[in-house]
Amino acid sequence: MSRLVITGGTLLDQYGERAADVAIAAGRIVEVGAGLQPAADDTVLAADGCVVSPGFVDLHVHLREPGKEEAETIETGSRAAALGGFTAVVAMPNTDPAQDSVAVVQFVRAQGVRAGLCEVLPSGCITVGRAGEMLAPYGELAAAGVHLFTDDGNGVQDPQLMRRALEYAKPLGIVLAQHCEVASLTKGAVMHEGSCCSRLGLPGWPALAEELMLFRDIELVRLTGVPMHFLHLSTARSVQLVRQAKAEGLAVTAEATPHHFTLTDEQLSGYDPVFKVNPPLRTRADIDGIKAGLADGTLDAIATDHAPHAPHTKEAPLDQAPPGMLGLETALALAITELDMPLAEIVAALSWKPAAIAGVGDRHGRPIAVGEPANLAVFDPGAEWTVVPARLASKSRNTPYAGRTLQGKVRHTVFNGNVVVRDGAATR
Amino acid sequence: MKHLLSIEDLTADQIHGLLELTDHMAEISSRPIPKVPALRGKNVVSLFFEDSTRTRTSFDTAAKRLSADTMNFSVSSSSVNKGESLRDTIETISAMGVDAFVVRHKSSGAPLQITQWTNASIVNAGDGWHQHPTQALLDCYTIRTALNRRDGFDGLRIAIVGDIKHSRVARSDVQAFAALGADVTLVAPPTLLPPALVNGNSPDWPVTVSHDLDSLLPDLDVLYLLRVQRERMDEALLPSLHEYSALYGLTAERAARLAPHALVMHPGPMNRGVEMVVDPGELPGSVILNQVTNGVAVRMAVLFSLLGSGNDLKETA
Repeated sequence: MSRLVITGGTLLDQYGERAADVAIAAGRIVEVGAGLQPAADDTVLAADGCVVSPGFVDLHVHLREPGKEEAETIETGSRAAALGGFTAVVAMPNTDPAQDSVAVVQFVRAQGVRAGLCEVLPSGCITVGRAGEMLAPYGELAAAGVHLFTDDGNGVQDPQLMRRALEYAKPLGIVLAQHCEVASLTKGAVMHEGSCCSRLGLPGWPALAEELMLFRDIELVRLTGVPMHFLHLSTARSVQLVRQAKAEGLAVTAEATPHHFTLTDEQLSGYDPVFKVNPPLRTRADIDGIKAGLADGTLDAIATDHAPHAPHTKEAPLDQAPPGMLGLETALALAITELDMPLAEIVAALSWKPAAIAGVGDRHGRPIAVGEPANLAVFDPGAEWTVVPARLASKSRNTPYAGRTLQGKVRHTVFNGNVVVRDGAATR
Repeated sequence: MKHLLSIEDLTADQIHGLLELTDHMAEISSRPIPKVPALRGKNVVSLFFEDSTRTRTSFDTAAKRLSADTMNFSVSSSSVNKGESLRDTIETISAMGVDAFVVRHKSSGAPLQITQWTNASIVNAGDGWHQHPTQALLDCYTIRTALNRRDGFDGLRIAIVGDIKHSRVARSDVQAFAALGADVTLVAPPTLLPPALVNGNSPDWPVTVSHDLDSLLPDLDVLYLLRVQRERMDEALLPSLHEYSALYGLTAERAARLAPHALVMHPGPMNRGVEMVVDPGELPGSVILNQVTNGVAVRMAVLFSLLGSGNDLKETA
């Protein structure tokens, strides 16, 4: 039986770094060792100068299908994911229709299987239609394989409803993930509330709107004992609240996006809607807080909040343009370029830590060892490249990093033992 | 100068230059036949995505006095209501041959965004809460003329009173007045200040913040009142218009405490009985109608600076 052999790389997983080759057959790792000799009919992936790590898991992507296929499809988003080294992505439920029924989550999963570029994990809604009024059918959705539930794009405003959601979820072993935003504090908001929005004449999104809901939900975790995950935290104070909650032993996890540790609200000075995102870009002090939170493990995961938008929708006035930016293809490079963290910790925040939160720790983010599923990223941590929007695989072009030179590039991605990215190009 | 988008983009020298040019334009406007051929053949399009009859009429008059061709495009009668994007609207009208767009938009930043979709000059006629640069220039010109301060506003004490937070006039005036050397005080309840000023002064804003109009009145050279919109109560920014008037409105009693030379200004339209409790016609210091008159001359100066050449004016003025 022919094998796939990854040669010349440095393996990096939860057991550390070592130089070794990896042989894969029938979707699993069959041999790990130095100087593996590929047979004549084996396929060889050269990994010289590269790190071979477990594939990445993105807890937070918007694939726009069903409903907004002009911006992204599950296939194009999966391709962007594979090119970014991701072998699994959690698809946010703000599709049209929303992912609040078994039929819709099965459709999303099936489209992911059809694309065959990474595992697409549909999230479920916390409330029907993400409207914040009635509980979504967690039991049915959990039976259909949904692990993470969120109304992302909206925070669950009603504390009583959030409490009931957590209580109802308790026996199901699922995770509720909050988009922390007290809506009455962010009506019409376009950007971070601070000196910049004051000058630009734009309505502000105060840090408090995130921190208040985060605080409320931490207390609900304390009350109910049901775990929660906090999406795209953007303020230094939020990081501090999570740090404190973890120190008290509460079952909370949290993620941060690359744009929240790389860009500030000053970027909005030119009124370019590509920099409009929710929660908004904040201040230098917040960036420092996010970086510190990633470095000390308060923030478990780097998640992209990949949010494609068709070009014409971003050519509107800032207050009318939708929030969100692309992230899948730049996440690893931004982490390597901007974070002062050992590479092993960056990979942990991209791979096995989010895999556990997504409930796929049995098949993603696994150690590189014989018998394990072959979901792997092979990347050159020193390779420099320039972000060119037109060259991205996403159907949309709304990256805020156009023209930026970054360090760190995915060379190959192996998903279920298949080469889905070879030499920086998608194979399907 | 290709565009006029924000007072922030102008140096003090450029502001002085525009005000001097406005003197020429005021002279033209005072002639029996107030019209010169300086911009003959230039096409000036007013593009108002938000209604403003007075500003549009002022620009239109300015363009006509310079013999430019003018075209009006308003949202209510246009393809914007049919779902056309801002970019498509601009590119379509630009294709007809446009030298300058005069743009009013309810979204902050829209005039700046438009510059990427056309080669025409853009004049910002008011964008959201952000900027209204010709208003600031006409305000400067009005003060300069009425108080005979041709060399600048050093030491001049100006208070701007009202809804600063939502005001493009305040943002523009603060920058223009400060650039010319004035000491600017903003007077408002904290809820009507931009977030950066709610807790007091900010390095970004060359102003002093006050919540006490009465203590300022005797020392002011200029009292500038802003319009307070009735819908602000719905957002819990004010308890009532009555209370606003009591604390910040210009009553006859307050007017009597102003210095004899002090000017009273308002960008219009006024809310009688709210910020303007006294009849402005009875205020000796009111220059509110001068502001309107000067608006035409300032806009002539701006259009000429963007589209004309110095020679044209010398030949015709």
